[in-house]
Amino acid sequence: MNSYYLSLLVFSPLLGIVLLALMPKSNEKGLKMLGVLATLPATILALLAYFSYLGGKDLASFSEQVNWMRFSDFSAIHANLFTVKYELGIDGFSLLMIVLTSVLATLAAIASLHIKNEWKGYYMLFLLLEIGMLGVFTAQNLILFFIFFEITLIPMFFLIGKWGYFNKEKAAYSFLIYNGLGSAILLIVIMVLFAKTGTTNIETLKVLVNGGEGQTLAAMSESLKMGLFIALLIAFGVKLPIFPLHSWMLRVHVEAPPSIVMLHSGILLKIGAFGLIRFGMGIFPEQFETLAVLIAILGVINLLYGAFLAFIQTDFKMVLAYSSISHMGIVLIGLGASNEAGVQGAIFQVVSHGLISALLFFLVSVLYERVQTTQMNELGGFAKSMPIASGFLLAGAMASLGLPGMSGFVSEFMAFLGLFKEMPILAAIGALGIIMTAVYLLRAVLSITYGQANREYAGIRDLRSFEWAPVLVLIGLIILIGVYPAVLSQPLENIVLGIGG
Amino acid sequence: MDLETLLSFDWGLMAPEFIILIATVILTLLDLFLPKKVDRKLLGWLGFASVLLAIAALTGLLDNPLGSILHDTFRLDAFAKAFKLLLLVGSALVLLLAIDYESKEGLTEYRGEFYYLFLTGLLGAMIMSSSGDLITLFVGLETLSISSYILAGLRKKNLKSNESAMKYVINGSISTAITLFGMSYLYGITGSTNLKEMSDMLMSISDSQHIYLLGLAFFMVFVGLSFKLASVPFHMWAPDVYEGAATPVTAFLSVVSKIAGFVILIRVMVSIFASVPMEDGTTPMLFALQDFIGFLAAVTMILGNVVALRQRNIKRMFAYSSIAHAGYLLVAFTAMSYVMFDSIWFYMLAYVFMNLGAFAIIQLVTMKTGSEDISEFAGLYRRSPILAVTMGVFILSLAGIPGTAGFIGKLNIFLGALMVNPSHYVLASIMIGATVISYFYYFGILSQVFFRPTATGEETKVKVPVGTTVVIILCAAATILFGVMPQLAFDFLQTNFEQFIDFMG
Repeated sequence: MNSYYLSLLVFSPLLGIVLLALMPKSNEKGLKMLGVLATLPATILALLAYFSYLGGKDLASFSEQVNWMRFSDFSAIHANLFTVKYELGIDGFSLLMIVLTSVLATLAAIASLHIKNEWKGYYMLFLLLEIGMLGVFTAQNLILFFIFFEITLIPMFFLIGKWGYFNKEKAAYSFLIYNGLGSAILLIVIMVLFAKTGTTNIETLKVLVNGGEGQTLAAMSESLKMGLFIALLIAFGVKLPIFPLHSWMLRVHVEAPPSIVMLHSGILLKIGAFGLIRFGMGIFPEQFETLAVLIAILGVINLLYGAFLAFIQTDFKMVLAYSSISHMGIVLIGLGASNEAGVQGAIFQVVSHGLISALLFFLVSVLYERVQTTQMNELGGFAKSMPIASGFLLAGAMASLGLPGMSGFVSEFMAFLGLFKEMPILAAIGALGIIMTAVYLLRAVLSITYGQANREYAGIRDLRSFEWAPVLVLIGLIILIGVYPAVLSQPLENIVLGIGG
Repeated sequence: MDLETLLSFDWGLMAPEFIILIATVILTLLDLFLPKKVDRKLLGWLGFASVLLAIAALTGLLDNPLGSILHDTFRLDAFAKAFKLLLLVGSALVLLLAIDYESKEGLTEYRGEFYYLFLTGLLGAMIMSSSGDLITLFVGLETLSISSYILAGLRKKNLKSNESAMKYVINGSISTAITLFGMSYLYGITGSTNLKEMSDMLMSISDSQHIYLLGLAFFMVFVGLSFKLASVPFHMWAPDVYEGAATPVTAFLSVVSKIAGFVILIRVMVSIFASVPMEDGTTPMLFALQDFIGFLAAVTMILGNVVALRQRNIKRMFAYSSIAHAGYLLVAFTAMSYVMFDSIWFYMLAYVFMNLGAFAIIQLVTMKTGSEDISEFAGLYRRSPILAVTMGVFILSLAGIPGTAGFIGKLNIFLGALMVNPSHYVLASIMIGATVISYFYYFGILSQVFFRPTATGEETKVKVPVGTTVVIILCAAATILFGVMPQLAFDFLQTNFEQFIDFMG
C-alpha cells in the first residue's frame, strides 16, 4: 500500500524552508508570516488524518514503503537482508503525537513572533526541527527513526546557541553532548539489532527478537537482550530525562528562547517516552517486565526530586523545568505499572504535559517580552496590570497540578491507578509528589500574580492580538481532554490492549 | 625481450597510468621551456585535464574482467579499479583547489613544480592500488612518498614548511625502512615477491618457527604502513606537516595519500597474512592478530579526537581529525567482515568529498589573512551565508550526522564490526564514543562560523574563485546526495565490482 500522505505531512515544512531561503533577509513581517504559514499544511494534514481515523479509516492505509538502501548484496540468502527501506506509518499513539506535534509547532511558530533578530535563519531551523519531530513519530524502522531523531539535534543546537539567553552557548553544548551521548548509545543498540537480525523494521523486530532460538541471523543471548534494553533505557532516559541524566535539560529550559522550549518540553522530551513505549516495550517486553519495578522507582524518584527542587527555585523558568522532570516521573510510573491503566496514563501524561508545558512557556514568553525577567522576587502584582494573562497562568498551573476537569488530572489518576494495583507502597510514596506539585506551583504562580511588585511596571499591556491564539487553543485542548478523555483513549485502544492487560 | 612480446601485453589496462605519466612529462618540459612570464596556472589546468582523461579511461576499463600484465606485477582487479577511481576523483578536486591557491610568501615561483610532483605522487598511488607484487608496491609507495616530501617543503622560504618537510622525510624514511625489513622476511620465507605466489606458498606453511618469523614480519609491515596512515602512535608527523605544508598539499596528504596508505595496507595484509595459518591450523594469522589492529584503531580514534579538542590552528585540528578518521577506517579493517571493502570504499568516498570541501573553505578563509587560527572563521555566516552553510554541511558530515554521507559511511563500518562473530562491541562503542568527543571541536568550528561576530567588525564579502566554487558545489552536492540516497553509490559498487571477489583470484 503506497500513499504519499505521510511523506507529504512530514516534509511539508520543507516547502516553507525553500520559500524562506528565497526571501530577503530584512523583510521581518514577510518572514514571520511565512514561517507561521509554513507550519499550517502539516497541522491540517495531521488533523485530517485524525478525523478520518475517527470516521473509520484504517490507519494501516497510511503506511508507505520505498526501497532505500541495501548494505552489500546478500540477495543470495534473503532478498531483504540488510536492506533499509524508507517506510512511514502510524498507529494510534503516533497519530496522537503527530497531531500534538503539528499543533504545537504552529503555536510555537506564533510564539516565535517575539523573536527579535535573524528571523530567516530562525524559521528555517524551526521548520527543520519540525520535520525531524514529525519524522520520529512516523518512522517505521530504527535507522529512519534515528535519522529523524538526530535531525532534531542540529537545529536545536543552533536555535539554543544563537537565539537563547545569556548562557546560551553553554546550554547548547550541554544539550548537544548529553543528547549526542544518548543517541550514540541508541545507535549502538540499533546497529547491534541490525547486525544480528538483518532488519530494522520495528514490527519485524518485535517478532524476531522474541521468537526464540533460530529466528535471528545470529544468536542473541538473554544477557545481550537485557544489555540492549538497559542501553535503550539510558538512551531514552537522557531524552526524557530520567534523574540523574537531567542537568542538560534544566539549562535548555532556562537558556533557550521560550518558543523553542514550548517544543522542547512539549515534544522533544516526549520522544524519550515514545521510544521507551515503542521500542522498550515493543521489542523487549520480557526485559521490560523484569525491570518494571526499577522503572517505577525511577519514576517516583523523578517525581519527588523534581517536585522538591521546584519548591526552592527563584526563577520561574527553573520551576517549570523541575516541574517537567517531576511530570516525566509520572510517565515512568505509568510505564512501570505496565498494565492497561498505567500505560494509558503514561501516554495521556505525554500528551497532556505537552499541552500544559507549552501553555506555561508561552505565558513565560509573554511575560518576558514585557518585563525582561522571570526571577520571581522581581515579579509580583501582575493580577492588577495583566489580569487576563494572570488568569491563564493560574489555569495552566491548575491543569499542571492535576485539577479535575483538566487533562493533568486524567493522566495522573490513571498512572497512579495502574501503579496502586501493582506496587501499592511505591505508589503511596509517589502520591506525596502530587501534593508537592500543588504546593510549588501555587507558590510560584501566586508570587507572580499577587503580592507586591519590587519594581514599578508601568504601562504593561495585557494579552494582545496574536497572543490570544496559542493560549485559547491550548487551554481549550486541555479542558477538552479533561472533560472528554475519549479523544485520546479511542486511538489508543488497540495499542494498550496489545501491550498491557 | 623483442618488440613482439612487448606488444603482446595488454597495455590498455595501464591506460590511466600512462595518461598521468605522459602528462607529467609534458608538464615538466613545459615548465622548463615556457618563458617565465607565462602563468603557470596553465600547467594546473593541463594537469586537471589529464586527470579527467584518466578518469574517462578508467571508466572505459570498468567492465574489463580481471586482467594482469607483466608477470602479474600489474593487476587490474575490482579493488584496483574502485580505489583508483577514488584517487583520481580526489586528485582532480585537489588540483582545482591548487590552481586557486595564493599565499603570502607566494608559491608562484614553484607553482609548476607543484603540479607535476602532484601527478607523480598520484601515479605512485595508482601503481600501488594495482600492483600484485611487493616490488611494484614498494616502488609505488616510494614514488608517492618522495613526491610528498618535496611537496611538503614547497614553501621554501617558510620556516614551518621546511621543518615539516624535514620531519616528514626522516619519519617517512624510517617507516619505509621498517616496512622493507618486514618485507625482506616475507621474501626470505617464500622466495617470491609475487603476492599470489606468496599466498599459495604460505597456505601450506606449518613450521612454528616460520610462523613466528611471519608474525614479526606482520608487525613490521604493519608498523611501517601505519606511518603512512598516520595512526597512533605513529602519527606525530601529521600535525606538523599538515600545518607547515601549503593548504592544497595538506589536502593532498589528507585525502590522496591516506587512501593510498589504506590501499597498500589492504593489499599486503589481506593477500599475504590472511593465508598464513596460525599454529592451530585453522585461523589465519590476520584474524588471530586482529586484537592488535583493533587496539591501534581504538587508540587512534580516541587520541586523534581528544587532542584535536585543544587545537586552535585549523590545519592542525584537521590533522588530528584525519587521524581519527583513519582510526574509523581501521575499525572496518579490523572487523574483516563481508562488507569490509564496501564500507572502506564508501567511507573514503564520503571522506574525499567532505574533507576536500572543508579544505576548500579553509583555504579560502585562511588565504586572505594568512592566519590559520580558528577565530578566522568567526562571523563567516554574516560575511557569506552560503559558504557558512556549506561549511556546516561538511563539518556535520565529518561529525557523522544523519543526512550526510559521513553518517552512512559510519553506519556501514558499525554494521561490519557488529556483523562478524564474535562481534566487536567494544570497538564499536569506542568508535561511537569517539564520534561524540569529536562533536566538541567540530561544533566549535560551527559556533565560530554561526554564533560569533567577526573579530574586526568588518563584514566584507568573501570572493570565491572559479575552481574553488566548483569544488565546494561538487563536494556539498555529493556529501548530501550520498547521505540521502546512498544506494546510488552502493549500486555502483555492487554492479561494477561484484563484492571484490577477484581480489585474491
